[in-house]
Amino acid sequence: MKEETSNHSRRKFLKSFGISVGAAGVVSSFSLIGAAKAAAKKPAEMVNLLTQDGQLVQVDKNQLRPTVTEPLDELQKRGREGIPGKSFVMVIDLSKCRNARKCMDACQNHHQLRQDQHHINVLQMQDAEHTAPYFMPKPCQHCDNPPCTKVCPVDATFKRQDGIVLIDNERCIGCRFCIAACPYSARIFQWTEPKDAEKYKDLTYNIEANVPQKKGTVSKCLFSADRLREDKLPSCVSACPNGVYYFGDQNEDAVTNGTTGETVRFSKLIEDNAGYTLMEELGTKPRVYYLPPKNRAFEFNGDLLNEENLH
Amino acid sequence: MNDLPKQKETTLSFEKIKKDILHPMQNHKGLELWIVFLITVISVCGWAYYIQLKDGLGVTGMRDYVSWGLYIANFVFFVAVSLVGMLISSILGLLRIDWITPISRIAEIIAVAFVAVAGLVIVLDMGRPDRVLNVMIHGRFQSPILWDVTVITTYLTVSALLLILPMIPDLAICKKELTKASPIMKKLYNILSLGYINTPAQHKHLHRMIRTLMVLIVPIGLAIHTVTSWLFAATLRNGWDTTIFGPYFVAGAFVAGSAALIIAMYFFRVNYKLQDYITELQFDKMGKLLVAVCLVYLYFNLNEFLVPGYKMKTGDDIHLKELFYGNWAIMFWASQLLGNIIPIILLVNNKFRKPLPIMIISLFVLAGAWFKRYVIVIPTMLHPHLPIQNVPENFVHYYPSAIEISVTVLSFALVLLIITVLSKIFPVVPIVETAESKGIEVKIDA
Repeated sequence: MKEETSNHSRRKFLKSFGISVGAAGVVSSFSLIGAAKAAAKKPAEMVNLLTQDGQLVQVDKNQLRPTVTEPLDELQKRGREGIPGKSFVMVIDLSKCRNARKCMDACQNHHQLRQDQHHINVLQMQDAEHTAPYFMPKPCQHCDNPPCTKVCPVDATFKRQDGIVLIDNERCIGCRFCIAACPYSARIFQWTEPKDAEKYKDLTYNIEANVPQKKGTVSKCLFSADRLREDKLPSCVSACPNGVYYFGDQNEDAVTNGTTGETVRFSKLIEDNAGYTLMEELGTKPRVYYLPPKNRAFEFNGDLLNEENLH
Repeated sequence: MNDLPKQKETTLSFEKIKKDILHPMQNHKGLELWIVFLITVISVCGWAYYIQLKDGLGVTGMRDYVSWGLYIANFVFFVAVSLVGMLISSILGLLRIDWITPISRIAEIIAVAFVAVAGLVIVLDMGRPDRVLNVMIHGRFQSPILWDVTVITTYLTVSALLLILPMIPDLAICKKELTKASPIMKKLYNILSLGYINTPAQHKHLHRMIRTLMVLIVPIGLAIHTVTSWLFAATLRNGWDTTIFGPYFVAGAFVAGSAALIIAMYFFRVNYKLQDYITELQFDKMGKLLVAVCLVYLYFNLNEFLVPGYKMKTGDDIHLKELFYGNWAIMFWASQLLGNIIPIILLVNNKFRKPLPIMIISLFVLAGAWFKRYVIVIPTMLHPHLPIQNVPENFVHYYPSAIEISVTVLSFALVLLIITVLSKIFPVVPIVETAESKGIEVKIDA
């Protein structure tokens, strides 16, 4: 799997966002002007978009809204089924992580999360008093024996055929049993109205990205299941500048590095580098593998948190 | 307890029993005021729940790490107290222990009130209470929550039956005697008494039914608190990941329930002037029972804390150190000492088993039991396997918010209201059973 940069994917990008150009000329040009005006008032992050007639326009990122073309029923159905024939795995190379936190930003952007809400969290770890500290990105482990889905009373969180553990916010009753059950603290709860709730309130719910988020329900890492359907890598994997993440299909025995785009054999990668899974003694059988933080490419420059937090 | 005064019993007649027990139901001055007070509390705290409903659970002190807090601790406490119904009227009833006759109905009233509100507390804790029916529509029977819903509703039903069925003869008396009752109440007595006139056949059928229910409620009662403990024991968390949680919770429930019953006995004895019925004998026996269940609970506590404390496994060590001499030490030791060990030491002494001293001791036991649930639920959530990082300061601690405390007060007020209303409309001491146990002839007119 490779990050696509072709014209095709750009068109797809255009199609998948709320600014459609061309056919709906009047309306869309009006909204573009509106966007330009908003941008003039307050300089914001601009995005270059290529219209279908070849013009390059700049649009304020805040004016973009993801649109979902499929109806809710279809999204829910395919979201629960998963992608046939796939068995997704992630490999995290701890020797490379230098706490850039681009993964966390990209994830929060994608899943409409606040700064303190983490589907993926980069932790500062120190296993014992005299061992070297290291950074450890921690997404949902997408366990093959998931303690969280077992306890769900309404089948709102479930594991699908491609190995991904999802959460259905249309069904979640907010009992938070799954949060209590997860030994990796991978789940969060929408205690209040989610970020930009007003902005996204008309958006059709997409279970594979768990957006828009809903108050009173649980949220979690989904391996960016919506992006996987478009043959893209998960947001965190693509965003990493340091080559920490590999992602791919265990059935193909191939994982692709999100930074370099290099594809390697999954089994060889974990075999050669003594790959392991987190807290394997719990029997959860994670789908996220870690490569140990040996020969780190940098000095540990984080503030090592005080000892009482490191447990 | 042969030294206790028993001479008064000889002066009791069926008419006097009827009068003594029925009189306070209609002529208690403070009762209406107390009900108005409780309804006011419920209304004010109901407003707090409305804010929670509107703004989300963010108005509580709970956050992503401590995602179960005061509500769940309180839920466990309510379930625990409700188990007294099974202990008194079933286990002791089946053993044909006669001193429970005057207090068995109070035990059932406590059971019904606490288990009904326990079910409600769970809904108050939900992020999406509007979706509560999903539990029926999409229910997954693999989840301990489904087991809990099942056993709680079953326990509530059977407990309500165990309250009403043995009361049928008394209700027939109420129908005749309570002439001042409102038409609605008269209708209620008429319906619930089912035309009972104490014929031998009716008597036989009724008692057969009651005994069947008594047998039935033993496994249900065990299940309700065992399943509640599994909500915790089914996870992989430090402090919850233990195999003795079921019996440990059941033992603790007997402690909390017995204490609650003693407190209720004292208040009914004093307020309803039932000194001739809820006698010093009942307090003495309940004191001994409390010592017995406290000892069993102490034994489970030794197992629960000493064994992992001896090994100090990674994960357990931080949790246990926090309990033994860390941030949770005061609450932990207070619940162990004031709620269990000191009451045992005091209550083996018969002068502490008099009504007032044992009621005061029971207040400590009950408060200790409540804080014990708090210590079971919250510290574990603060000690996950992986470090808590990159979150705001208020994620790392847990203090219940004013809203959360108000909603908890609401649940307590609701329990007290149910107990009060039930004790106003139903005789709290069984009239017919009391007379029968004293060999007094019972006559119920059609």
